Amino acid sequence: MTAPTQKTLTASRAASNEASRIAWSARVRYYLPTIFIFFAVLVVWETLVRVLDVKQFILPAPSAILEAFFGSLTQMLNLGLYTGAEALGGFIIGCSLGIGVSLATSRWTTARETLLPVAIAANSVPIIAFAPVMNNWFGVSNQFSKMAIVAVITFFPMMINMTRGLTLVEPSALELMRSYAVSEWTVLKEVRIPNSLPYMFNAFKVCSTLALIGAVVGEFFGGTRDALGVYITQEAAQFRFQNSWAAIVIACLLGIGFYLIIVAVERLAIPWHASVRKTDQ
Amino acid sequence: MSVVTIQAVNKIFGKAPNQTVALQDIQLEIEQGEFISLIGPSGCGKSTLLRIIGDLITPSNGTVLVNGKPAEKARLDRDYGIVFQAPVLFDWRSVEKNVQLPLEIMGKSATERAARANQMLELVELNGFQKHYPYQLSGGMQQRVSIARALSFHPQLLLMDEPFGALDEITRERLNAELLNIWSHTKTTIVFVTHSIPEAVFLSTRVVVMSARPGRITQVIPIDLAQPRGMETRELPRFYELVTQVREALRGSEGIK
Repeated sequence: MTAPTQKTLTASRAASNEASRIAWSARVRYYLPTIFIFFAVLVVWETLVRVLDVKQFILPAPSAILEAFFGSLTQMLNLGLYTGAEALGGFIIGCSLGIGVSLATSRWTTARETLLPVAIAANSVPIIAFAPVMNNWFGVSNQFSKMAIVAVITFFPMMINMTRGLTLVEPSALELMRSYAVSEWTVLKEVRIPNSLPYMFNAFKVCSTLALIGAVVGEFFGGTRDALGVYITQEAAQFRFQNSWAAIVIACLLGIGFYLIIVAVERLAIPWHASVRKTDQ
Repeated sequence: MSVVTIQAVNKIFGKAPNQTVALQDIQLEIEQGEFISLIGPSGCGKSTLLRIIGDLITPSNGTVLVNGKPAEKARLDRDYGIVFQAPVLFDWRSVEKNVQLPLEIMGKSATERAARANQMLELVELNGFQKHYPYQLSGGMQQRVSIARALSFHPQLLLMDEPFGALDEITRERLNAELLNIWSHTKTTIVFVTHSIPEAVFLSTRVVVMSARPGRITQVIPIDLAQPRGMETRELPRFYELVTQVREALRGSEGIK
């Protein structure tokens, strides 16, 4: 391989810009079939409901759902914000604890021996069991009871992934740092933490889904009328299923939005990682 | 004063009765500016010996002095740089930031770090790739960055553990020539572990032949080829003679079980 000249460097940069432009239109073309299928499903759904005269308590038509959705748009958005806040609050608490415990256990063996069994125990309890407990502890109409549920659900996946990220380091990298005669803190800062970032974002993506499930399911066990889960069950109980479905749409949008935000932050935080960077260079 | 003095070093892994004697009775002195290759069959302990010099493994017996100090003190004083078979670059750092890593650890100023990094990248012929990331480089290029990093703080001693082992023959020969060029510029003492006989003969001032486990030094062969060595050196009759000499020493050492 000959030494690089200025010309080859400029050429390679121009080629990579061209590649980005091509990549964009390729990406749009990639999603076109999915978008097409999505709308096709809606059309088929609508047609079937009308043709077969499906009762609205079995499956409402997309048109009815959209009508209910835009009909009470402010209410829908408020429901989304109320439950979204619980999901987000619980996510922040659970993930912070998960990261904190992970850092402690990777650094100090005594911490690992004390905290790990507790973490595993916390993970074993099914949400359906402790949701009523949290509602009782913090009050059914208190949003914090749902945040607590979400915190418990998101804690373990976060901790486990973070611990992997902190400990699954190339042994040669640790030998290299040993040859530099550095402290454990420096190894943590320079090697373990950057190494753990892809694992951390992985956990964020998983936890974002769990957070929403936790919040909504927690609300099934009791909550105010402002809550998405309560609204869904109450509207279903009154056979106004198009309203339930409209609320489900809100929940989906929340989940997707949450996920996309994490993907965007990931792209900024770890542009060097194989899963994030532009393919082949 | 010798840069490295190894006296009566043994290394035993594990506990009786399931122990492995990796190294037995190693005695070696390495002078300033030498290029020493350690060559031997797989499992002969050459990588272990290299790591003992770098205080990454402690010997079971014996003493190791580096720059006149115990190996541990030399490591704490950061007297050596090390290059492994894998480049071990940090994916999250650019090429220049990877080269600057030891300088950051040593608390050098930003201007000094930048200057030294540029100097080293120039030396390994990777000027212009400062802002690139490791994934954008080929294996050979990554290994050159690794060498630049190891030399960035101008250590007196450079330890290399089969650095070109993962590369193809053509790139390997090219990097051999580049390494000799760097060595002539920096005058570093180099201890180089390899499996390749031509590589050992081409690069070294002395070739240390080791036996199969338990690893012992069976022969030390001085290489009297003229410096500076280039591609033509590999075609000299003397080169072939020395390669044969090393090969026979290895065959002989394998006979000793």
